[in-house]
Amino acid sequence: MNHWLVVPVVLPAFAGPLIVLGMRRDLLLQRVFGTAATAAQLALAIWLMVQAMGGEVQVYRLGNWAAPFGIVLMLDRLAALMLVLAGLVGLVVQLYAIGSGWDRRGWHFHALWQFQLMGINGAFLTGDAFNLFVFFEILLIASYGLMIHSGGELRLRAGVQYVIYNLAGSSLFLAALGTIYSATGTLNMADLALRVAQMPAGDTAVLRVGAVLLMLVFAIKAALVPLHFWLPSTYARAPGPVAALFAIMTKVGIYAIIRFFTLVFPADSVIERLAADILLPAALVTLIVGQLGVLGSRHLGRMAAFAALGSVGTAMVAVAQFRLPGLTAGIWYMVHSTLASAALFLAVDLIAARRPGAGQWLRLAPPIAQGGIVAALFFAAAIGIAGLPPLSGFPGKLAVMQSVRDADGAAAIWAIILVSSLLAIAGLTRAGSLVFWKAHAAQDAPPPQAEPDEPPHDPAPTSAALALTATAALVAGMVALTVFAGPMMRYADATARQLVDPEPYIGAVLRDQEGVK
Amino acid sequence: MEFLLASAIGCLTAAGVYLTLRKRSFAVVLGMTMLSYATNLFLFATGRLVVDRPPILQDGVAGYTDPIPQALVLTAIVISFGMTALVVMMALGAFVEGGDDRIDLPRRDRKGPGA
Repeated sequence: MNHWLVVPVVLPAFAGPLIVLGMRRDLLLQRVFGTAATAAQLALAIWLMVQAMGGEVQVYRLGNWAAPFGIVLMLDRLAALMLVLAGLVGLVVQLYAIGSGWDRRGWHFHALWQFQLMGINGAFLTGDAFNLFVFFEILLIASYGLMIHSGGELRLRAGVQYVIYNLAGSSLFLAALGTIYSATGTLNMADLALRVAQMPAGDTAVLRVGAVLLMLVFAIKAALVPLHFWLPSTYARAPGPVAALFAIMTKVGIYAIIRFFTLVFPADSVIERLAADILLPAALVTLIVGQLGVLGSRHLGRMAAFAALGSVGTAMVAVAQFRLPGLTAGIWYMVHSTLASAALFLAVDLIAARRPGAGQWLRLAPPIAQGGIVAALFFAAAIGIAGLPPLSGFPGKLAVMQSVRDADGAAAIWAIILVSSLLAIAGLTRAGSLVFWKAHAAQDAPPPQAEPDEPPHDPAPTSAALALTATAALVAGMVALTVFAGPMMRYADATARQLVDPEPYIGAVLRDQEGVK
Repeated sequence: MEFLLASAIGCLTAAGVYLTLRKRSFAVVLGMTMLSYATNLFLFATGRLVVDRPPILQDGVAGYTDPIPQALVLTAIVISFGMTALVVMMALGAFVEGGDDRIDLPRRDRKGPGA
């Protein structure tokens, strides 16, 4: 048994409390220790990904209890890829938070960051449905603290909505797990897959209800329309780096949908093509709502939030095929859109920090300091999220469109993807030209009224260079994804192949059990 | 007993959903509490309703009750209790900062100051 599998959970679980207990008065120590812990998680995730590349599914049995009685952690290609993505975004955005001074504007930023990563890592690794619920709660509890970091009236109000929405989601999650448990008598995902496959065809009503409830829960996390109402205000009001980290949280929802509806409820099981039939229209509407929101927002953060929503929709269009080319494209687009959304949130925060009067509102204000670099970063992030060449969104969108070529109504899906992309481009262009170009015309105008909602950023940034470099690093990630598109696409394809053939995964959990209790 | 439990879960859920849809945070918090009670009772029932049985099979014992839902409920109670405390604190914070306890966001969240 490879004990390193549990370290992505255990490391932040120790780092977080150590930061709270031992270094709460020393910000420098918190920064060094927190960054080191995140960097160690990234290094470990890369090492685990190298191991997973061969295609072997690794199992870690907690306490060495036999599955399905004990909890298992699983490492396959998809889990390893998501771990690396979480570590990468976590580390870069944490550096941004240090550089921009956000971590000084409240208490316990670095501790909450570790708890957040612990929940995310655990959710990607776990092979037990109830354990997935527990890790969801851990990542949610940490996200509540990060969301209202540094306070402010509207941030708290948006935070209360976010918490209540997710509490309702958690109740639904428990109800779904209860329903599935009462029908199958197990919560281990591999064991569930076996028992669901053996269910007599006439006796599956309760199980189908459970499957759809579970899909609703994950759709809340992924913010699919009509369950997306928590997202725009939460992301717009969260501190910039926190919103950038939240870019990975919607992907946790997509990950859970992929995992459950390829492993436990594949299309040839009791629910047949129910998942695809519900998720594809929902994904298309999410795409339209997201891109329309980009065009209609008057607030940069809100615009970035809607752009993130649109990218979830695009990824979900591909994933909802639950077949080979679709899953490959969906996995690729998930990686790309996480980097692109995070870069856009950081670029927006860079702009807001330099516009003391107007903040994130799309209004005329004098030109910003370091306008050239910030404009270049915003431009690159906008190109990424809109899916224009030369960044990785373009091959991603091409792959998504190619994957739905054989689906019913392919022409309509293509039209929606293309037209909605145009809407997003128009919205992003308008925002960019207002902030960076028209600002020069407004140079002599009187400065706008002070912003009562968002107090001026105080204290000043620790190191503007670090903040700019961190944002540029995310853009560089998209460039790397484009340059190494071949190997990356092959990895995504191998991941999808592993997902559509769950037999080795189930076998690794349930069959090879020598020397366990 | 089945009817009693089912109707209790149903009433709690109905009241919880109604209260959660209210506009004031106090009612919403109460509603969330009721929803989580209903969910906990439901989870408890997923192990089937039996009375006076041991949770573990032993020699000389005919029937048993499923211990797993009880363990799940215990976890769920702890989590929902902590979450309720957290949401009360956050609602209080929003009330102190904003001056009212409405749960919906004001227009200036979307339209900007002065709207």
